[in-house]
Amino acid sequence: MSLPSDLKSQFPVLSQKVNGHEIVYLDSAASSQKPVAVIEAMNDYYRTINANVHRGAYAIAAQATEAMELARTRVAKFIGASSANEIVFTKNATESFNLIARSWGGNSLGPTDAVLISDMEHHANIVPWQILAAEKGFEIRWIPLTSDGHLDLSRLDELLDGVKMVSVTAMSNVLGTLNPIKELADRAHSAGALLAVDGSQFVPHLPTRVEELGADLLCFTGHKMCGPTGIGVLWGRSELLDAMPPFLGGGEMILDVRRDGFTPNELPHKFEAGTPPIAEIIGLGAAVDFLESLGMNNVRQHEIELTDYALRALDNRYGEDLTIHGPRNAAERGGVLSLQYQDVHPHDLSQVLDQRGICVRAGHHCAKPLMRELGLVATARASLYIYNNTADIDALVESLAPAGELFAR
Amino acid sequence: MSGLEDLYKEIILDHYRNPRHRGELECPPAHKAEGFNPLCGDEVLLTFELEDEVIRELMVNGQGCSISQASASMMSAAVQGKSVDEVRYLTRQFKAMMSIHEESIGPDDTISRDGASFELGDLDALKGVVKFPVRIKCATLSWNTLLAGLDESGV
Repeated sequence: MSLPSDLKSQFPVLSQKVNGHEIVYLDSAASSQKPVAVIEAMNDYYRTINANVHRGAYAIAAQATEAMELARTRVAKFIGASSANEIVFTKNATESFNLIARSWGGNSLGPTDAVLISDMEHHANIVPWQILAAEKGFEIRWIPLTSDGHLDLSRLDELLDGVKMVSVTAMSNVLGTLNPIKELADRAHSAGALLAVDGSQFVPHLPTRVEELGADLLCFTGHKMCGPTGIGVLWGRSELLDAMPPFLGGGEMILDVRRDGFTPNELPHKFEAGTPPIAEIIGLGAAVDFLESLGMNNVRQHEIELTDYALRALDNRYGEDLTIHGPRNAAERGGVLSLQYQDVHPHDLSQVLDQRGICVRAGHHCAKPLMRELGLVATARASLYIYNNTADIDALVESLAPAGELFAR
Repeated sequence: MSGLEDLYKEIILDHYRNPRHRGELECPPAHKAEGFNPLCGDEVLLTFELEDEVIRELMVNGQGCSISQASASMMSAAVQGKSVDEVRYLTRQFKAMMSIHEESIGPDDTISRDGASFELGDLDALKGVVKFPVRIKCATLSWNTLLAGLDESGV
C-alpha cells in the first residue's frame, strides 16, 4: 500500500489502549482522528497569534487574518475551486445544507416546484428541505435504490420533471456507494435544475475536483478529514453564490448597515456572520496540507485495497452469517462497511467489540429513510481511513464470532 | 473498567433469548403504547388491559438490543396484576436504580412504601447497566413507554 505504514504514530488517540487493548478505530465515517500537525496548528494559533480577524490593524490580528485566509486558499486548491472566494466556512456540512435550503431555496422555491434527493441521504440533506417545504409548499422527490445499493436512475427523466434542485450524496455513509455525480450533474442541468452534492464522505477519501464533478454546490465537513469539529465548508460557483441572499445576519457579513437596511458583504464573507471559528479554520487548513502530503490518489488506493481485504476476509470467515450492505466491488464504493452479523443487535455487537478496543458505530447513521428502505432499524458500521491497516481488519474479523456466541438464541 | 459480564448477566440473556409475555393484545379493549430510542433505533410496542386500575395483562412487541428487550421482558413479568399506582412507583424505583434520580434501593434489594414491599427480583440484574451509561436509555425505554401509555389511558 502506498501510504506510510507508520501513519498511526502521527495520531495521538491511536497510540492509546482501550479496555486493555490497542485501540482499533473503525469509525472515521462518523469522525476521523486528528494528526499532531492539526492539533499543533490550532495550538500555535492560540499560543502566538490569537486575535479577531478582518478587524485590527495590529500585527497579530493581521497574522491571524492571513493564517485564516491562507487556510481558505488551501481548501479551495484541495477541491479544485477556481477561487478562494467560492469557499464559505460554516459550522459543518449540516449548516452548509441549511444555508443552501434557506438562502437559495427560500429565494427560489414555490408551491409548483420540486427538489429531488435520494433514498440514501443523510438527515443533513433531508430535514433542511423538509423544514423549508413545510413553509413553501414544494414537493420533495426521492431517487430510489437498486437492490445492490446503487441509485436507480431508470426513471430519472420522469423524476426530474419540474425539479429546480437535485441534492444528493457523492458517497453513502451507510452503504459506501459512490454515486455518478457527473452524470447526475449533466442530467440535472439538461432539465434546468441545479445540483448540490453532499461531499461529507467523499472529499476526505477521494481526489476532488469540483469542475470534474460538475456540481453547482458542494458541502463537506472538517472533522471527517483529519480536521477539527466545528468547521464545515460550502463551495459554490461564484455567480450562484453571488445571486443567493445572505443566510445568517450580523457582523462581518455586511459592507454597510443603516437604520433603513444593510448592504451585504462580498463573497465569501456575505455568508460568514460573526466571528468565525478561526482556530478550526486554521486546523482545517493544516488537515488539507496533511492529506495533500499523503496524496489523495494514494489515500483512495489505500482504501480500495483495505476495503477489498475487509470484504474478502469477512466473507471468507462468516459467509452467509454476515450481511455486508452496499456494493461488493471495492472500486465502486468507499470504506464504509455496514454489518449485520447473525441476529446480534448492532448495539450489542459494538459493545462486545468495545471490550476488545474496537470502535465501530451502531445505529441508524442519521439515515432513517434508508434504514427503512433496507428494512433495518440499525447496523454496526466499520469505516476505514488512512491510518487503518490489515491488522485492524483482522481484529474486527476475529471479534464477531465471540459476539455471536454470547447472543446466540 | 467494567467487564461485559457486569452488563450481560445470564438472567438478562435468558430474558433476551426467551422473552416473557411476547405478543400483542387486541386494541381496544387493550391500550397501546409505542416507544422509540432514536439513537439506536430500538422500538417497543406495549399492549395492556386495565381493570379497576390494575394491569390485568401486558404484552410486549418490538425489536432492539438485548438490554432493551430483556428489560421489557422483565418489566412485563413485574407489572402483571399490579395496580397502576404500584407500577408508577416501581418505575420510579427502577429509574432510580438507573441513576435517573437520586433515590436508592435498600441493601436487601427490596423497595417498600406504605407497608407494601416489592422485590426487584430479576430486575436487579439490570443494575450493571449503570456502569455503561450509553445503555441506560435501552434499559429504561419500555418503562418510559409504559408510563406514557398509562398517562394516555387516563388512569
